[in-house]
Amino acid sequence: MKKQFVTLAVATLLAGTAFAQANDTIAKVKAAGSITMGVRDSSGALSYTLGDGKYVGYHVEICQRIIANLEKAAGKKLEVKYTPVTSQNRIPLVENGTVDIECGSTTNNEARQKQVAFAYTTYVEEVRIAVRANSGITSIAQLNGKNVATTTGTTSVQLLRKNERATGVDFKEVFGKDHADSFLLLESGRADAFVMDGQILAGNIANSKTPADFKIVGEVLNVEPIAIMFRKDDPAFKKLADDTIAGLAKSGELAKLYDKWFTQPIPPKNIKLGMPASDANKDAWKNLNDKPVEAYAKK
Amino acid sequence: MTLDWQVFLQDDGGGRTYLEWMFDAWGWTLSVAGSAWVVAMVSGCLMGILRTLPQDTRLNVWLARFANAWVELFRNIPVLVQIFLWYFVLPKVFPAMQQVPGFVLVVLGLGFFTSSRVAEMLRAGIQAMPRGQRYAAMAMGFTTWQTYRYVLLPIAFRTIWPPLTSESMNLLKNSSVAFAVSIAELTMYAMQVQEETSRGIEVYLAVTALYTLSAFAVNRVMAFVERRMQIPGLVVAGNVGGGH
Repeated sequence: MKKQFVTLAVATLLAGTAFAQANDTIAKVKAAGSITMGVRDSSGALSYTLGDGKYVGYHVEICQRIIANLEKAAGKKLEVKYTPVTSQNRIPLVENGTVDIECGSTTNNEARQKQVAFAYTTYVEEVRIAVRANSGITSIAQLNGKNVATTTGTTSVQLLRKNERATGVDFKEVFGKDHADSFLLLESGRADAFVMDGQILAGNIANSKTPADFKIVGEVLNVEPIAIMFRKDDPAFKKLADDTIAGLAKSGELAKLYDKWFTQPIPPKNIKLGMPASDANKDAWKNLNDKPVEAYAKK
Repeated sequence: MTLDWQVFLQDDGGGRTYLEWMFDAWGWTLSVAGSAWVVAMVSGCLMGILRTLPQDTRLNVWLARFANAWVELFRNIPVLVQIFLWYFVLPKVFPAMQQVPGFVLVVLGLGFFTSSRVAEMLRAGIQAMPRGQRYAAMAMGFTTWQTYRYVLLPIAFRTIWPPLTSESMNLLKNSSVAFAVSIAELTMYAMQVQEETSRGIEVYLAVTALYTLSAFAVNRVMAFVERRMQIPGLVVAGNVGGGH
């Protein structure tokens, strides 16, 4: 009995050291010969699946550049494993080492920075309003007494709540269970507007039966820095990722990648999102930083 | 992993704490489940009775067919799909339904879904009784209504009470689908707050505790009623053995 206890204690200690080592991603992937990339099934053009285990998108492609540099640092070819993650499990999976690098659409904020680390901001999301083109709504002030849709489990819900409190515009919130449902609320007339990340709105409109029936209007309700996420306290890997992004930004390749995913026709349907880079995006590429969303609050 | 329960005292941005919001959400869960329970019981019992009517008049034959169709319709479609049918599809066909709030639709959807199961139980409960009971009532000169009221239903309800308890608890847990039509109940609260606060473990633990507490309360109330309406010697408690 006592012997078992000692064994257990030793095993726990060993596990403890193993966890400590796990924070060195470069050593970890070198030893394993593989890297696990966290991807999203449908995060707009940032990360999405073509089916059949294939994942593409703006952030997926940036991650592939980072992994190419990681291979140089590790001195060997790495096998890339894709793991689909969700809003609910992405942070725990990065924390516990299941996922080495998350290439989805994660907002960089202060609460998350306590748990994980972010690379330089590569995409700045603008929260906007989508309406039916014939509704005549052009700004949030016109939403008084209207039904406004957004998606359960997103930061837009909180944003809408704060906005309602701040502006005194009294609208009724309706919540879709996912983005497709929220768009259906708008399409079926249950909602007069859909408030969400601009690229998600653009993607839903582009994929709808009649894209011309909808438009994105009004002021930018919020800006959020979206970045690639990995484990905390791993300065060597963070530097590698940041340097990769800095290199892409300097050579102008980052802007080209952006154009490829946000203004050109993209698979599988070859639809254009038609979202040229915003000023906030260009600014993030010029002045590279990993500031959280709190630093973007209204100046 | 350290748990940070203080997250519930934070302001949610709209002037209330996450704790206050959670109790609001709990209220919605209980309202949806409670209203749907009433719908399920009323329509379920009605359908169950219709299915067991004596097939001696043309009207009774058609009523039984209607009740059979009702049960098959509502028990063959997944509950989440039914909610969507009520919320998105029917309003396309009947535009007036667009004005009906999600709460009413989810109560109807959930209530009718459960009613098909209640109807099946009641039918089984009535048919499990010896035929002689019905004949005896008829021999006494009871009308059909009196046969059900004084002979069949009192026994049938006592027989089916335990599965009805499970069904009532299921109804409470199934009310979590209401989040899909924008009711701010506990499941929606959990999904939303874990995203806002990144404290998913605390949020899910708290919500789990509330669901467990509510379902267990339903269980206790039903068990109390079961004990109070026992007829010694007629329907015997499970642990005694024997029969009629």
